[in-house]
Amino acid sequence: MTRMPYYPGCTLKTKAQNYDLSTRAVFRELGVDLVELPRWNCCGAVFSLVTDDLLRQVAPITNLIRVQELQGTDSVDDPRLVVPCAMCFNVLKRANARMKDNPEDLKKINDFLYLESQPYRGEVQIIHTLELLKEISAKRIKEQVKFPLLGLKVSPYYGCNLLRPKDVAIDNPENPSILEGITEALGAKVVFNNRRLRCCGSYQTVSEKGLVADLVYDIIKGAARAGADLIITACPLCSFNLDWRQKEAMEAHSDHKLIPVIYYTELMALALGIGNGFGGEHFVDPQPLLQKFLEKEKGGI
Amino acid sequence: MNERFLRIKRIVLGPRNREFSKKVEELSGETVNLCEQCGTCSGSCPMVGEMDITPSFMMRMVQLGEEEVLESKTFWICASCYTCSVRCPRGIDPAKVAEALRQIKLRAALDFLDISKITEEEAKTLPQIALVAALRKFTG
Repeated sequence: MTRMPYYPGCTLKTKAQNYDLSTRAVFRELGVDLVELPRWNCCGAVFSLVTDDLLRQVAPITNLIRVQELQGTDSVDDPRLVVPCAMCFNVLKRANARMKDNPEDLKKINDFLYLESQPYRGEVQIIHTLELLKEISAKRIKEQVKFPLLGLKVSPYYGCNLLRPKDVAIDNPENPSILEGITEALGAKVVFNNRRLRCCGSYQTVSEKGLVADLVYDIIKGAARAGADLIITACPLCSFNLDWRQKEAMEAHSDHKLIPVIYYTELMALALGIGNGFGGEHFVDPQPLLQKFLEKEKGGI
Repeated sequence: MNERFLRIKRIVLGPRNREFSKKVEELSGETVNLCEQCGTCSGSCPMVGEMDITPSFMMRMVQLGEEEVLESKTFWICASCYTCSVRCPRGIDPAKVAEALRQIKLRAALDFLDISKITEEEAKTLPQIALVAALRKFTG
């Protein structure tokens, strides 16, 4: 077992517990023990884009000091910080890059955080769960598969924060293949949705429900046209929008076809035989599809 | 020859316009004048249909220092998806310019989002990152 520091973020502890639980379970199966950072705090969810807002970098940097503290103890083997939430990943990685590129900013932040046990040294490396899976390799995942998802048509959806801007991208920002690689390793069939990189509307979902529903309608239509049974995502906000805004999309568009949305880790857990019961609230319930599939698998048809 | 060409092309801004343009450049850290109005950002923007002016038009207004751009809803509709940022052939980040415009409004205590309008039911169903992100982008 390799032990690695792990930052879940606020949503994985509440609305997206199924992402948190399935991530931990999948990585345990693959030989990685995710050690949750002690005393982690909210990262801020969106990276501040103006130049004079150093104070907004305090929240992410405090978390990176927690990583240093954890590295100082004997509880992790691999020092890199694993982050599953796409938004947290984007914020932490960009805040970290800003500190690395601007020693002056780093000094100011450290002066501000003088009550911390140690200054931030700007050396923490941040890695997304998908990058870690790529490192573990599709071959290794394939070997662990107990129930190959043969015949299940899966449409990967990336959204924004994992691929853009370029300097934090986990894959080619215009033509990624990381989710496709995993889907194939699980034995499922990848279907291509040409809107897999399109924004789901993100935080506009709070005040502009209708607008987000329109975007979601379009994204789901792309998946439906490709014949998808299921959509997989790596972001709790994409997952919420793509799932729950189908309600408004369905009301506004009579031809809307409902497609369930789950996290890629839940799909992996299913194929690795770890389980199917990670809970999670859904508008479009994926269980009928997944249950049917599991029964078919176990029945050996 | 070259110099003469430049002189003919130059647009001279009045002091007020120059000041506004400079302010946005400072806040965003982007050289807005690099924009040559190719429209790639507008063509890539998933939200452009909902906007009153296109992202490239917003860039043009900032170049010219037209403060009226602050009355547009374009930068409030922007969801910071960074599609324009990765595609701009001039290497400008229009998402940062939009953020600078939001900040100018928010710092004048003009919130875009009225928290009291979020119903209790919505607040219970929305994931935490949606609420935190919206409050950070739409309130000062």
